[in-house]
Amino acid sequence: MFEIQDLNVSYGQSQVIHGLSFKAERNETLAIMGRNGMGKTTLFKSLMGILPSKAAKATVDGVDLNGNESHERVAKGLAYVPQGRMIFPTMTVQENIMTGMEKSKTREIPEDIYALFPVLFEMRNRKGGNLSGGQQQQLAIARALVTNPKVLLLDEPTEGIQPSIIKDIAKVLNEIRKMREITIIVSEQVLSFTMEIADRIIVIDKGKFIHENKREEVDAAKIKSYLSV
Amino acid sequence: MFGYSMAEIGNIMVMQGFAGLSMFSVLLLMALGLAIIFGQMGVINMAHGEFMTIGAYTTVMLSKLAVAYGFVNYYFIFAIIVAFVLAFAIGYLVEFTLIRHLYKRPLDTLLATWGLSLVMQQIFRSSFGAKEVSAELPEWLLGSFQPTPDIDIPINGVFVMGLAAVVTFGVFLFMFRSQWGLRVRATVQNRVMAGAVGINTKKVDRVTFALGCGIAGVAGAAFTTIASTGPTTGTLYIVDSFMVVVFGGAASLFGTIASAFGIAQAQSILQFFMTSSMGKVATLLTIVGILMMRPEGLFASKVRK
Repeated sequence: MFEIQDLNVSYGQSQVIHGLSFKAERNETLAIMGRNGMGKTTLFKSLMGILPSKAAKATVDGVDLNGNESHERVAKGLAYVPQGRMIFPTMTVQENIMTGMEKSKTREIPEDIYALFPVLFEMRNRKGGNLSGGQQQQLAIARALVTNPKVLLLDEPTEGIQPSIIKDIAKVLNEIRKMREITIIVSEQVLSFTMEIADRIIVIDKGKFIHENKREEVDAAKIKSYLSV
Repeated sequence: MFGYSMAEIGNIMVMQGFAGLSMFSVLLLMALGLAIIFGQMGVINMAHGEFMTIGAYTTVMLSKLAVAYGFVNYYFIFAIIVAFVLAFAIGYLVEFTLIRHLYKRPLDTLLATWGLSLVMQQIFRSSFGAKEVSAELPEWLLGSFQPTPDIDIPINGVFVMGLAAVVTFGVFLFMFRSQWGLRVRATVQNRVMAGAVGINTKKVDRVTFALGCGIAGVAGAAFTTIASTGPTTGTLYIVDSFMVVVFGGAASLFGTIASAFGIAQAQSILQFFMTSSMGKVATLLTIVGILMMRPEGLFASKVRK
């Protein structure tokens, strides 16, 4: 479904991602875990075409992504919820969601989005910048979902969000998967969160994958040791 | 006061106020284009005035055609549209060949567009001559009406105001009610993220820049009704227009309108009672003072960043 082979990313002379390869199936949630500075965000940005990268193969559903710009990748089925949420602060919640509807035929926001995030419906006429962190995170997910993605990329969705909301986000991600049967790839540092949503966990360290396991077989102590400083 | 009676002062205020309104209209049209290009894209377009000149010369040329073929009464509306289309097309071309390579280098943009402005001025001078030319205005734009015997309101001023109102309303609809406006605002706020939600940001840049230039073209067409056109006409307005945009708060359309009004009125009324340069000095000092207290301009929107 989503396949990356031998991905390399460099900032000038210093290489940050070293030949990563992975595959994620339809209706699968994959968690990429690692400490700060190990290349998670760089990986996600290169997948979205925000950073230049070289890959032997990068495909969604058999469609090649190599050399595409961000908006072309979105059209081919990638959606991105960045670290720090990056909603458009001076636009209303409704307008924020509508920015994701470039390819959509209607200008109506689909009902299932508001069903998934009732709080966004209540706040639909407020400026995005005036929402709380958790609400902004939901908004960023909603904005990504209206693009009707095949693959949803979430970069540290729990960062800076209070524990009770983290549980909600996990619930929402599971619901999205059930509803749409899409591939979800999430980068994380919080193991309890990934254990609730992921089918498979990969650990990244210094731009290389060093450990991979199915959720049922995960040795929590081992992964924690990778994540501790 | 100043040797005038109270009634005279009242009349002067009304007439100068109205002169200020015409100036406000041209300034607003100029500043709208700039607010879109500078406020939204962050590009300092020193050649913006020349796009206004393009519009002005287009109108003048069309008026000559109109005189030759005898449709003087109808050409003006047509000229506004042609001025817009021509300035839009040239703006599109300039963005494609020059500006898009310089988005990450704001100072270089400033120099490059300044150079472009000089080049364009020379092109105007070579093709239309250094002498100022005026458009042959249709009859319905000439003359004035007098609400009281002591007050003269010129009709061309009223027309320019109406035009500015229509264009402002159009820009407002475009920015806040259309899909294109949504794209533009998203790209402005976060270019990378706009791309990552599926917006073709390069295309948005091109259309935004061209639109700003097109509106400058309309400003030029409007300008021909109140003054004559020369190769350096645009340059005279560029500083005032930038002042309007900065003073109003770069990203706010309402701010642009309010500040264009304030600056045009202040200059027009002060210039009657003082010399023209003292009027400018007084206006500028006030603006500097206010900007020191509100660095983001009059109407910056308040949100968590």
